[in-house]
Amino acid sequence: MQPFTYQRANNVKEAAAAVAANREARFISGGTNLLDLMKLEIERPTHLLDISRLPLDSIEETPEGGLRVGAQVRNSDLAADPRVRSRYPVLSQALLAGASGQIRNKASTAGNLLQRTRCFYFYDRNMPCNKREPGTGCAALEGFNRIHAVLGASEACIAVHPSDMAVAMAALNAEVETTLPDGTIRTMPIGDLHRLPGATPHVETALGHGEMITAVILPPAPPGRQLYRKVRDRASYAFALVSVATVIEKSGDRIRSARIAIGGVAPKPWRPLEAEYVLAGAAAADSAFTEAAESALAGAVGRGGNDFKIPLAKRTLRQTLAAAVEGA
Amino acid sequence: MTETTIPEYRSSETGTGPVGQPIARVDGPLKVTGRATYAYEHAVNGAAYGYILGAAIAKGRIAEIDSANAEQAPGVLHVMTYRNAPAQPAFGPAVTPTVPEVFTRARPMLNSNRVRFYDEPVALVVAETFEAARAAAGLIRVRYEEERGAFDLPARLAEAYAPRRTNAGFETDSAVGDFDGAFAAAPVTVDATYRTPYEHHNPMEPHATLALWSGDEVTVYTSAQTLANFQAGLASTLGIPRERVRIVSPFIGGGFGSKLIVHADSVLAALAARVLRRPVKVALTRQQMFANAGHRAEMVQQVRLGADRDGRLTSICHDVWSATSGFEEFCEQTAVFGRSLYAAPNRLTRHRLVPVDLNRGEWMRSPGEAPGMLAFESAMDELAEKLGLDPIELRIRNEPTVDPEQGVPFSTRNLVACMQEGARRFGWERRNPSPGRIREGRKLIGYGMAAAIRPNYIGAGTAKVAIDATGRVTARLDMTDIGTGTYTILTQIAAESLGVPIAAIKVELGDSRFPRTAGSGGSWGAASAGSALHHACNALKERIMEAARSSDRSPLRGANDVAPIFVGGEIRVGDRSVSLADLIGRIAPHGMEVTGSVAAARDTESYRTYSQHSYGAHFAEVAVDSDTGEIRMRRMLSVIGAGRILNPKTARSQILGGMTWGIGAALMEETVLDPRYGHFVNHDLAEYHVPVHGDVPEMEVVFLEEYDDKANPLGAKGLGELGVCGAGAAMANAIYNASGVRVREFPITLDKVLPGLPATAI
Repeated sequence: MQPFTYQRANNVKEAAAAVAANREARFISGGTNLLDLMKLEIERPTHLLDISRLPLDSIEETPEGGLRVGAQVRNSDLAADPRVRSRYPVLSQALLAGASGQIRNKASTAGNLLQRTRCFYFYDRNMPCNKREPGTGCAALEGFNRIHAVLGASEACIAVHPSDMAVAMAALNAEVETTLPDGTIRTMPIGDLHRLPGATPHVETALGHGEMITAVILPPAPPGRQLYRKVRDRASYAFALVSVATVIEKSGDRIRSARIAIGGVAPKPWRPLEAEYVLAGAAAADSAFTEAAESALAGAVGRGGNDFKIPLAKRTLRQTLAAAVEGA
Repeated sequence: MTETTIPEYRSSETGTGPVGQPIARVDGPLKVTGRATYAYEHAVNGAAYGYILGAAIAKGRIAEIDSANAEQAPGVLHVMTYRNAPAQPAFGPAVTPTVPEVFTRARPMLNSNRVRFYDEPVALVVAETFEAARAAAGLIRVRYEEERGAFDLPARLAEAYAPRRTNAGFETDSAVGDFDGAFAAAPVTVDATYRTPYEHHNPMEPHATLALWSGDEVTVYTSAQTLANFQAGLASTLGIPRERVRIVSPFIGGGFGSKLIVHADSVLAALAARVLRRPVKVALTRQQMFANAGHRAEMVQQVRLGADRDGRLTSICHDVWSATSGFEEFCEQTAVFGRSLYAAPNRLTRHRLVPVDLNRGEWMRSPGEAPGMLAFESAMDELAEKLGLDPIELRIRNEPTVDPEQGVPFSTRNLVACMQEGARRFGWERRNPSPGRIREGRKLIGYGMAAAIRPNYIGAGTAKVAIDATGRVTARLDMTDIGTGTYTILTQIAAESLGVPIAAIKVELGDSRFPRTAGSGGSWGAASAGSALHHACNALKERIMEAARSSDRSPLRGANDVAPIFVGGEIRVGDRSVSLADLIGRIAPHGMEVTGSVAAARDTESYRTYSQHSYGAHFAEVAVDSDTGEIRMRRMLSVIGAGRILNPKTARSQILGGMTWGIGAALMEETVLDPRYGHFVNHDLAEYHVPVHGDVPEMEVVFLEEYDDKANPLGAKGLGELGVCGAGAAMANAIYNASGVRVREFPITLDKVLPGLPATAI
C-alpha cells in the first residue's frame, strides 16, 4: 500500500471538485473493495476523500412514485427498507444474496455499483492484465477463466462485474444520478453506467474523474412478479456464477411484459432485450421460456473454463422465468 | 520413565471423574475476551516490522535486484536480499536421511539468487511500521532470468518415480498375493481413476513470528504445532545450538499440519532481529500463505477392485501419482490406510511422484486418508452398485478378522458397529439404491455413506507436574493447543488422576523450556501428551505417598497396607483421610515436582502386536438442484469408534471440523495452478472456497462406547483427523445417489454435474 492522505468531504460539490483536481485521488466510502485493492497496490491513490458521512444516506419517495436511494445508503439498510422489500423485492433479494452481513453493513449503494471485477489475474500484479495495466494482455483469455464473461467481453478483457445489486437495479430500469466537478447534476440509465471493455477495459464506467454518484433512482415499481435467483459455488459468501433478476407481468395465460437482467456472465448487468421481446405477449409456457433463454444467450462465447455458464445461464433463466410466472 | 501403569493409582475408567465429561474449554474465556495473546500480538518495546517480497516467476534466477529506493523510503530500517542475508547452511538434499530430519533440517531463506517457486521470498523489508515496510517492498525492482518450469501432473505421469518411502516412513509399495491374476479373474470389477486438486490449509491465524535476541540467544514467539521440532529447525537454519533458541507458542489459531516446520516468517524474523539488534515481527499475508506455508499436492488415483458375485473382494489395488516439489520430496501416504481397511487375499498399493516446480507439499489435515479415502470409498460405492449390494453390506462382507497386511489382531475395531448404528440413526433404509429417484420440488435428494479409518499413534513425550503447599497443581509440557482443546483435556486428566477439582489444575503449554513432547499433529496429541501427564501424575502420587507414609508430620504415617484413593481433594487410606493441601503443607512445604514420560508407540510391544486405528462411518444427505446442478449438504451424521472419549464436547468439535473439511473437499476446495506461470491462481479466501455456515446446516456426531486398553493407559485413540477421513466420499456417494452423475474429479462443482443432468422439464 502506498502512502496517501485522507480527508473527509464536507459537501458533494467540493468533494467532486477536489477529486477532479487530482488524478490520483479517489472517493472512499465503505472501503470494502478499495482498501483491498490498495493493499495489493492495484489501486494506488495518493489521496482519499471520504464521502461516507455526506448526507446521502436516506431513501426518499419521488414525486413519480418511485424511490430515490442516496448513494451512501448502506447495502444492509437498503435491503431492509420496508418500501424496498414490498415494492422492489428483487432488489432486496439481490442485496441479501451478496457478500456477507459485515460487508453489507459497510458497503454503500454507489460503492456497490463501482466495485471492481474479481478476476484472479486482475488481482495479481505479476500477471498481464489490460484492465490493470493497459497493453499488457489478458491472462484470463487462455487461463483459468471459470468465473469469466460469456457475453459482452472482448479479446482484451473477459472480466465480469460482480455486483448482485446492480443486476436487480438493471431489471428495475433504475437511473443513476451524479454530480460533476462543476456542480452540474446529470442522470443516466443504469445500463449506461458500465461500459463494455472493447479495446479499453481499463475504462469501466461512463463517469468522468471526480464525477460522484449521489443517488440511484428507482422508477415506480413495475407491475408483475419480481424474482432474483443467484447460482453460486457455496450457500453464501460467493460471487454469482450466474444470476437472474426478472420482473414478469401476466395477463391471463399470457405474459404481458417481462424484464430480464443476467449477472455473472458479462462485464455489466446484462439486459437481453431480445429475450424480453420474445416473452412479450407469448403464452406463459416452457416453450417461451426456452426460446427466451436461447435468445438471451445467442451471442454468448465460451473461453473454455466458462463454457458451462452458457447452458447454466439458459437453465437458470428458464427456471427463474417459470418460477416467477407461477407466482405472478 | 514410567512406562508401566501402577494399578493402585490407575485413574477412573468409569466416567465418574472429570475425564469423559463435556467440560467447556478452560481457555475459552481468554479467547473470547481477546486475552489469549497470539504470536504477532505479543507486545515488546521497539519492535520493527518485516514484509516479505515474493518472486514474480516460478523458476529461474534473480539477474538484478535494485532495492535502493526501498532503502531510502520513510521508516525503512533494512532491506535483506540474497546479497546481504546472513550466512545460512545450504538447503540440502531433497530427501533427508531419516524421517525426523525433515522437521529439523535447515530451511534457509534469501540465501541464493535461484527462484525455486512462485512467490518464494526474494527480499525482506524491515521498517518502523508494517505499512512502511509493505509500501517500500513495492519499490524494489527485480529482473529475472526465467526458466521454463514443469507443473502439469496428469500429462507427465510417465515421468513418475518411486520414492524411497512415504511420509511418516511408510513403505512406498505393498503387495500381497497376485493382484493382476485375481483382478483379471474377478467376475465383478471396478477400475476407476480419480483426481484430487491442490488444497491449502488456511488456518485462521496466519504464520507469524516475533523474534528477539538477547546476546546469542533468541526467543521466538510464533505459531507452531511441535515446539521441539520447530526449535531444532530454526537452530539448524540459524547455525546455533538449539539450547539458544526458545520457542513460545501458547495459543495457536489453527494449524492443520501447516505449522510443523519453520517457514519464512520465523527464519526471516530471527535473521532480521539479529542484524538489526531489535525485535522484529514478520507475518505471511493470506495471499503469501498459498505459496509459502504448504499445500496438499494434486493427485491422480487409480482404484481397481475385483470381487466375486457375493461381494467378497478378491483383489484391491490403489495406485497414487502425486505431484511433489523437486527440491524437497513429499509423498503423502495416500494409499496406506487401505492396507488395514478391508479383507482381500490379493492386494497392491503403490505411491509414485512427479516433480513440479512448486514449494514443498506439507502435512495437511488427515494426510493420506483425506485424498485417498475420497477416491477409494467412492470406488467402493461404485462396486456396491455393480454388485447390487447395499454399500454397508458390501463393507460388512469384507470386514477382516485380523489386519489384512500386518496379520496382527486389531486392538479395538468397531467399524461395523459404526456403520450399523449410523444406518439406524440416519434412516439409511429410506435411501433408494437407484440414483435420481427422490425428488423434492426442483431438488434431487440422495444419501451416501463411507467408512473412516485413521491410525492411532503415540509420540514420545514428558510432562512435569508440580503441587504446591496449597494443593494447587501445575502441569508443564511443550505440548501445544492448536484449537483442539488440549488445555482442557490435560486439565481433566490431571484433575481426575489427583482427585482434585478442575480449578486446582493449571496447565501450561507452548514453551520450549518445558519438557519435550511430540506436539500436535497426526491425531496423536491427546493420547501422547495425555499419557505422559497421566504417568507424571501417578509418579506424583507415588512421591506423595512415600513421604506421607514416612513423615513424622503426616497423619498417614505408616499407612502401608491399604491402597490410597485420591478423590475430592483428599487422600483416603482405609478409614483415614487427609486433605491433599493440608498433607502437602505438612510434608512438603515447598511443594513437590515430578516428571512422567511416555515412549513412542513404535518402541512398544503393543504397537507391534496390535493393529491400532480409530474408525467411523459417515452418512450424508445432499440436494442437487435439477436446474443448476448446485449441490448442498442437507444433513450429515458421523458415528465414531475412537476408544475412550476424554471430552465429548471438544471431541465432537474435532469431528465436526473434520466433517466440514470433508464437505469442502467434496464440493469446493481447490487451488488452481496455472501451468503457464506456475502460480496458484485463486490465492485468497474470496476465491479459495471453504464451507461457510450455510453449507453445514445439520451435523450430528455419535461416539460409541469404547475403551482401547492396547492403545495407552487412557484407553483413548486419536480422533483429531478422523472426521475428515471418508467424509468427502460420503458426500460424493450421496451426490451420485441424488443425481446419477458420478464425478471422479474433485471437487464436485456444479459445472461437472450439469452435463449429466436431464434437460429440465419445467
